[in-house]
Amino acid sequence: MKSGIGFRVAKDVIFRGMIILFSILSGIPLIVILYFIVKNGISSINWEFIVNLPKPVGEIGGGVSNAIIGTFILIIISSIISVPIGLSAGIYLSENRRGKIPYIVRLCVETLQGIPSIVIGIIAYAWIVVPMKSPSALSGGVALGIMMLPVIIRTTEETLKLIPISLREASLALGVPYFRTILRVVLPAGLSGIITGILLSIARITGETAPLLFTAFGSNFMNLNVFKPIASLPLVIFNYATSPYNEWISLAWGASFVLVVLALGLNLIAKLVARKWKVQF
Amino acid sequence: MESTVLKIEEFYAYFGDHCVLNNVSLSIPRNKVTAVMGPSGCGKTTLIRCINRMHELIPGTRVSGKIFLLDEDVYATSPIIVRRKIGMVFQRPNPFPTMSIYDNVIAGYKLNGIRLAKSELGRIVEESLRKSALWNEVKDVLHRKGTFLSGGQQQRLCLARALAMNPEIILLDEPTSSLDPKSTSHIEELITQLENDVTIIIVTHNTAQAARISDFTAFMYLGEMIEFGPTERMFTVPQDKRTEEYLTGKFG
Amino acid sequence: MLKIAKKNKKRDRLNISESVFRKILYLAGICMIVIIFTIFLTLLVKSLPAFRTLGVHFLYGKTWDPVSSEFGSISFLVGTLITSFLSLIISIPFSLSISIFLGEYFREGMASSLIKSSMELLAGIPSVIYGFCGIFILVPVVRAIEMKLGITPMGVGIFTASIVLSIMVIPYSASLGREVIQLVPSELKEAAFSLGATRYEVIRKVVLPYARSGIFAGILLSLGRALGETMAVTMVIGNMNAIPKNIFSPSNTMASVIANEFMEASPGSLHLSSLVAVGLLLFVVTAVVNIIGKYIIKKLSVEI
Repeated sequence: MKSGIGFRVAKDVIFRGMIILFSILSGIPLIVILYFIVKNGISSINWEFIVNLPKPVGEIGGGVSNAIIGTFILIIISSIISVPIGLSAGIYLSENRRGKIPYIVRLCVETLQGIPSIVIGIIAYAWIVVPMKSPSALSGGVALGIMMLPVIIRTTEETLKLIPISLREASLALGVPYFRTILRVVLPAGLSGIITGILLSIARITGETAPLLFTAFGSNFMNLNVFKPIASLPLVIFNYATSPYNEWISLAWGASFVLVVLALGLNLIAKLVARKWKVQF
Repeated sequence: MESTVLKIEEFYAYFGDHCVLNNVSLSIPRNKVTAVMGPSGCGKTTLIRCINRMHELIPGTRVSGKIFLLDEDVYATSPIIVRRKIGMVFQRPNPFPTMSIYDNVIAGYKLNGIRLAKSELGRIVEESLRKSALWNEVKDVLHRKGTFLSGGQQQRLCLARALAMNPEIILLDEPTSSLDPKSTSHIEELITQLENDVTIIIVTHNTAQAARISDFTAFMYLGEMIEFGPTERMFTVPQDKRTEEYLTGKFG
Repeated sequence: MLKIAKKNKKRDRLNISESVFRKILYLAGICMIVIIFTIFLTLLVKSLPAFRTLGVHFLYGKTWDPVSSEFGSISFLVGTLITSFLSLIISIPFSLSISIFLGEYFREGMASSLIKSSMELLAGIPSVIYGFCGIFILVPVVRAIEMKLGITPMGVGIFTASIVLSIMVIPYSASLGREVIQLVPSELKEAAFSLGATRYEVIRKVVLPYARSGIFAGILLSLGRALGETMAVTMVIGNMNAIPKNIFSPSNTMASVIANEFMEASPGSLHLSSLVAVGLLLFVVTAVVNIIGKYIIKKLSVEI
């Protein structure tokens, strides 16, 4: 007894409906999260919030200025560490497609990408905090830098692989040595993809908390010294959100708002860069 | 008697163990157009890529024999110097996409860090673009990127780029195979005009094109140089049976 | 004579620049290998004291009590595996639906851009914010559910953590799944349609089987993310060092116990070394899952 056409069509319609329903449902958490962050966050944000340092419990007018500055300092440190190595490794992999060593390097990059962020925090702790006998912005920057490496390497390699060989040949045929060909012809052609990769990796680590828990550690003071502990937005959110004080919790909402704007903003800029600066061949 | 600008003596080239050029000997006359033709896989592209030492960029390749540019042994000099004296235009136009038309023409100087006065550079740009019959079309938009031009214009830009280095020889690797008929005839016109300034070696699979524009023709088959001589003679009374068969379309 | 000397000097300088350049690239590549090995070695060395003192008991001991120096990590392993797999189970219907939504029904247009953007936004929200929202939005809800069910209304626990995790991992499997579903050749689908199949049947019998290795790869990606996720889980799992009794029990994962206790452990102590050992365990579990996953993907890939 074959399945009636009506039955099959009904299944088809129901299936399509379920797919649409589930897809819409998936968007609901996003709307809820953004709603609460905007609603609670905006009310906390005022001039004092941005400019002041945290105040002890009970005093009003505390701010997160040190966390904002701290987040930027950590971004700078981690970029200084990861961009040169990441770019070079990415160029190395795109120029050496086959071979044993490139294969092992690729494997290591993949493995690094899969390591949980808290484990990276342990490593940075062991390498830097222990010898220095103190948490520091430097150790936090190292942890974040290690996390940025796989993304930068992968996007650099993928971008450069897309550049046609004819471009290299055109330069080499003019008598331009290999290293200048890479630096002045191939890299500029792939610049938009590379910058997108760097921006995306920065967006990723901006919100990372786990690796900073025992490296950067957090601080209540404004600190520009990379060898001392430093505050950062995700750490502030974590500490204040899990505290029992209402003033701190509203600060956490404000900090969340700033952090979300920062992280999503970087993602948006990365996408614009990819589209606007794309090089035609 | 024409003077010789390039002498190839008992030249062999290998991809790994596979021999792609087998005992090739050839003398290229100066300031003339020499066509290298033959069926696919005969080694004509490999031959010219050996002349400007681009062949060795592929891993696993090997060469033996001698090539003399005027009196210099090409394989005893630094490849960078060789490539500055021998220009190349590729099958598909490849202007540098991040550079303007102006910068593309003088790319050979810029990328090599050779500093010249701005007026000198401007003169080189205009002269090279005039020689490749592109000047009138782009003189007002020199700052625009090269990739906005049509295929034929891009190829002429690549030609200008090669000419700007004032090379002895220009190698053309099937330069019109990706172009439409009108652009093709433009380039062919250019080639015949250019031979007073520079020696031209053109690889082509189009025998009619070889007949149209070249003074001398070399015929290759399976990695060997079969016959070489003045074009008129090659096409009317070829010495070798294989040449005759190729020209009459029996294979290739 | 001078000209030749100058030329030689320039050539030598170029040669040196050339080889320096190549060496730098090579070193950068080697650097990655060195980093991975050093990470593994550091974890091993720092956790050795724990293994030497506790032995294998570390792996299956049920009690984790810094005060009495008892460190058995099985409850964290269980907590990690339960939350991760539970979150996968919850998220798969949603991420698969989105993959099919974007890959089949709505490849272009406003609906497509909307859902695509929301996936990107979800993936871009930092995990500490998920935790924060989890505490203030989800926990009260779970508490209410627990009260209805007659369980101690804590609000935090395995269930809450799994839900938060599932929302976080949806974008990863969804985007990978969408890519492979889009790549299914239209000739195959058209062949099925021309035989009179409905859209549902084509998706179920042609598209999904063809794309299964990619879909599985996406699921694996989500699993990897879930296993290592720290902050959001730490904030809503309840922080109890015991094997969870039921789905609403508070518990701990390998990542969350490290996050909670690392700074309190005195340097050089057995406590700290045990925590590093937990980190090593986490590293190994994640790596093993990835390797097994890659193997399965290879097996599932359609031979064209």
